[in-house]
Amino acid sequence: MRVARVIPCLDVDAGRVVKGVNFIGLRDAGDPVELAARYDAEGADELVLLDITASSDGRGTVVDMVRRTAEQVFIPFTIGGGIRTVDDARRLLRAGADKVSVNTAAVDRPELIAEIAAEFGNQCVVVAIDARARRENSGTGAEGWEVFIHGGRTPTGLDVIDWARRAESLGAGEILLTSMDRDGTRDGFDTELTAAVSETVGVPVIASGGVGTLQHLVEGITIGRADAVLAASIFHFGEHTVHEAKAHLTAAGVVVRP
Amino acid sequence: MTEPHRPLVAVLDYGIGNLRSAQKAFEQAGADARLTADPALIADARAVVLPGVGAFGACMDALRAAALDEVAVDAARAAADGGRPFLGICVGMQMLYEGSAESPDHDGLGVLDGRLSLLPATEKRPQMQWNRLEISRPSQLFSTVDDPVWVYFVHSYAASAEGDHVVATCEYGGPVAAAVEHGQLWATQFHPEKSGGTGLQLLQAFVAAAGAP
Repeated sequence: MRVARVIPCLDVDAGRVVKGVNFIGLRDAGDPVELAARYDAEGADELVLLDITASSDGRGTVVDMVRRTAEQVFIPFTIGGGIRTVDDARRLLRAGADKVSVNTAAVDRPELIAEIAAEFGNQCVVVAIDARARRENSGTGAEGWEVFIHGGRTPTGLDVIDWARRAESLGAGEILLTSMDRDGTRDGFDTELTAAVSETVGVPVIASGGVGTLQHLVEGITIGRADAVLAASIFHFGEHTVHEAKAHLTAAGVVVRP
Repeated sequence: MTEPHRPLVAVLDYGIGNLRSAQKAFEQAGADARLTADPALIADARAVVLPGVGAFGACMDALRAAALDEVAVDAARAAADGGRPFLGICVGMQMLYEGSAESPDHDGLGVLDGRLSLLPATEKRPQMQWNRLEISRPSQLFSTVDDPVWVYFVHSYAASAEGDHVVATCEYGGPVAAAVEHGQLWATQFHPEKSGGTGLQLLQAFVAAAGAP
């Protein structure tokens, strides 16, 4: 039985949650640990904490945040952002993270995937891919997708399907696939992209980028064939609870943990 | 005056993976949980936990390198005979068997009969998701949780659902062994320490068994 996962994503800058968070009854809406515990209580299947700290002096807060999260949250959580070496990964996993997500550093040096997997197991390694549709052949629509790095600023020339396959062969346990074309649009996942990757690799694929409604979550699973759906704003702004998301998925015939 | 009783639970630390979250979960469940490779401390503990993540062969190598393989076998056999409780988690369950298709050149601990096979090719591997358990017979482990029981799995290999002592299975391209119980020997293919409130209840049942006179 394939059971879809619903994964809220928190963007964290220097140990504080950024992007609006609109929960009632939180003592500190900027505390990632309190929010993580709240999502856990609401029925989130996993959590992704994405560290977007720009300054190097803010970085030390990440390990502390992971340690505090591990003390209070008893569902799996992934930490991503700025992980460049096995040492970085080790520090975060030892602090209590269940998985690390690598992106730019894995494109720069793909062996990083194999190195983390060798020490901690494939299940610890999430390879995050930021994808944008190629537009050269505008007459026939997009011709595949290209991998971007550095938070989506830098094109790599890599084909998304090829890179996903390579990442899997190096030891990725999961692919976190973000459509840059859809991210922030609230138009729904790029289900064509998601399905293309999910049908290529044998490991689970998390769809990301574009969720604006609960129906989009359904489409990510049924049309995009994703194993998990990640969303940020629909949860953070109090529009929907994770519980509502699950009820909607269940009503649409998608199997989820209640 | 009596102190609240927190039984000493030895979580075998043989240098693999991240054990901190497991330790935290056992503490949350009421144990005095220690990550240790110290035979004296393990001998003093009221219960023993064998965790494990990653490849079967790598875990077996690390367990042997830490000189904990015989400690684990003795503790697991004693638990099966009704002695102090023992819990294997994920690859810690898998290592209790005779071997695994994942690492054919490595022997397992051989406490349980059978070998692990790869999950069916019709499914994504690893199974990395929550799944609902089918409780196949009454057990201490599941005595305190209500059906349906949802728990978190991460694995690509599994023991036979028809094997001895299997008390719960899940459906993943066919039935998969999810938990075994034999005397006081318990093992779970899923991660109770990552299975939210349900997982904590299961760990509490284990800690209660550890604390029983």
